[in-house]
Amino acid sequence: MTEHTPMLEVTDLVAAYGAVEALKGVSLQVRQGEIVTLIGANGAGKSTLLMSLCGDPQPRAGRVLLEGRDITACPTHEIMRMGVAQSPEGRRVFPRMSVLENLLMGAQAQGHDPAPELEKVFALFPRLKERQAQRGGTLSGGEQQMLAIGRALMSKPRLLLLDEPSLGLAPLIVRQIFSAIRALNEAEGLTVLLVEQNANQALRLAHRGYVLVTGRITMEGTGAELLARPEIRDAYLGGGH
Amino acid sequence: MSAFSQGGAGGRITAALRDATIAAAVAFGLFVVMVGLRTDVSPTGALVLRERWTEVAMLCALVFAGRLVVTLWGLRPQSLGQSPERAAAMARAGKLFAPLLLAAALVLPFVPGIGRYELDLGILVLTYVMLGWGLNIVVGLAGLLDLGYVAFYAVGAYSYALLAQYFGLSFWICLPLAGILAAFWGILLGFPVLRLRGDYLAIVTLAFGEIIRIVLLNWVSLTGGPNGMSGIPRPTFFGLPFNMSGEPGTFAGFFGIEPDPVHRVVFLYYLILGLALLTNWVTIRIRRQPIGRAWEALREDEIACRALGINVRNTKLTAFALGAMFGGFAGAFFATRQGFISPESFTFIESAIILAIVVLGGMGSQVGVAVAAIVMIGGFELFRDLEEWRMLVFGAAMVVIMVLRPRGLVGSRTPTIALGEKRAIGAGHVSEGRG
Repeated sequence: MTEHTPMLEVTDLVAAYGAVEALKGVSLQVRQGEIVTLIGANGAGKSTLLMSLCGDPQPRAGRVLLEGRDITACPTHEIMRMGVAQSPEGRRVFPRMSVLENLLMGAQAQGHDPAPELEKVFALFPRLKERQAQRGGTLSGGEQQMLAIGRALMSKPRLLLLDEPSLGLAPLIVRQIFSAIRALNEAEGLTVLLVEQNANQALRLAHRGYVLVTGRITMEGTGAELLARPEIRDAYLGGGH
Repeated sequence: MSAFSQGGAGGRITAALRDATIAAAVAFGLFVVMVGLRTDVSPTGALVLRERWTEVAMLCALVFAGRLVVTLWGLRPQSLGQSPERAAAMARAGKLFAPLLLAAALVLPFVPGIGRYELDLGILVLTYVMLGWGLNIVVGLAGLLDLGYVAFYAVGAYSYALLAQYFGLSFWICLPLAGILAAFWGILLGFPVLRLRGDYLAIVTLAFGEIIRIVLLNWVSLTGGPNGMSGIPRPTFFGLPFNMSGEPGTFAGFFGIEPDPVHRVVFLYYLILGLALLTNWVTIRIRRQPIGRAWEALREDEIACRALGINVRNTKLTAFALGAMFGGFAGAFFATRQGFISPESFTFIESAIILAIVVLGGMGSQVGVAVAAIVMIGGFELFRDLEEWRMLVFGAAMVVIMVLRPRGLVGSRTPTIALGEKRAIGAGHVSEGRG
């Protein structure tokens, strides 16, 4: 595998729920060590894209290459064992299980010793260490988001998929979480694909960005480029902070 | 209940009265048709409509008074409270409770005054404890609502009966075979329902339970149909049969004691106790293993499980298979104890009782399930004299338990792993959030 093989390469991906096509031929690329963000309005197909990369729903057409390897037809649990981890939309922590149990679930499918990852996650989010015996459902929204990201990191991913980590959180917490993502990327070289509605913050964080509108990519460019585009300002940043 | 916060005893009573009146009105609406009107066959053979307004009035008055008591004296889960001190005291008591219960179960046959009747009841209760623990794996841990659990109980019972009858195999060989066959049927049921959850899963498992029963009922050439199978061999004490002859080859003869029919009952008692404890031990061990944690995670959030790369299909199938296996063990035991089985023993009401034990016990709690089985099966026996009224008593008891402890008798969940000290997750916290 060379430096030039992209971490993730998606070509003409089509995904549908029954007769409704949610993705109508999406192509994008995430290079090794990059943070790429995918922005778009409600219902643009952002979450579908992330789910479809993981094989749930299976793509109707198109190709997904992970480090040059075709994973388009792989079942979800196999894809998640190839170095991909996802922090799903709405966080989805296990509410009755303790923080520690939640984190261990993240490492489970890989079957490796969770101790070193656990230490890293606790170093990244000290709050989780304080609350490790507490039930997942009793955490605040921000802590739950940290837990969801920490749980995804437990599997030692090379590619982290984040689905709207800022959803429903106070701006201060969003900044904390985004700076944790940046730290992960800079310190560990973790590749991140970030799906966001919070375009302003996401584009500031990301190296590159794509804009998804009703199942199609309409724009792409570096974060700064996209931030400067008037269309983006009007459509996604109007009245933003 | 908003009237409570406005203070004032007068306001509180008014609110309670209004609340009770509404409850009585609802009850009236129901009881007019359920109790007030009754069709009887007159001596001439025609149907006559009998009106029973006195009974309706009595029942409505009862509901009114009951509701008033509940609201005024605050018999609500919140007021029973889960203050930290109380929860800690409960936890301490709980730690002692399980070993005490076990000790009581172990010495029961030797307690003076415990006769054959009590032992038979003990065996019945323990059978349900075991079934409850088996179903607890599927419903309590993996969160798969199974209304057809009795099917596996039937598979186990018929496996033993058929293997013993056609191949002359002994109980000890048939016991694991019955478990394996039941597990196989568990997987067979599991495959088509992998994508179903909640209500839909419940409907399909319910149908599965009925299919098994109806097949047993109609496959007369193999199972004897509604006549059942009799002459199922009794278990032996490692090859020593229990009988009254006192010959050297029998249990009593070998140990040189007076033959007594109670010997077999005591043996059966310890057999089911051992099987139940095996179920419990396996469940407790597996809960701490990755697969057990995956079951619980599956109960909490299936999509999150998939996002973490958990193989949801295998996780569900193992839960079905293991739960079914213990049902099969219990079934084989049931067959050898009764010596006679028929499809009548495996009706839907059995599934419902086992499920009620799991839910009343608090889903996922081992001690809770044991207590619920004792209360339900023992209580059922206690009210035998009430005849058909006992169903009413039983239903009322369940309503009371669900009002007082909506998460079951033991609603707390102890984490399977902890850094440092362990802490139980109280039932009070569980009702909030997305739990």
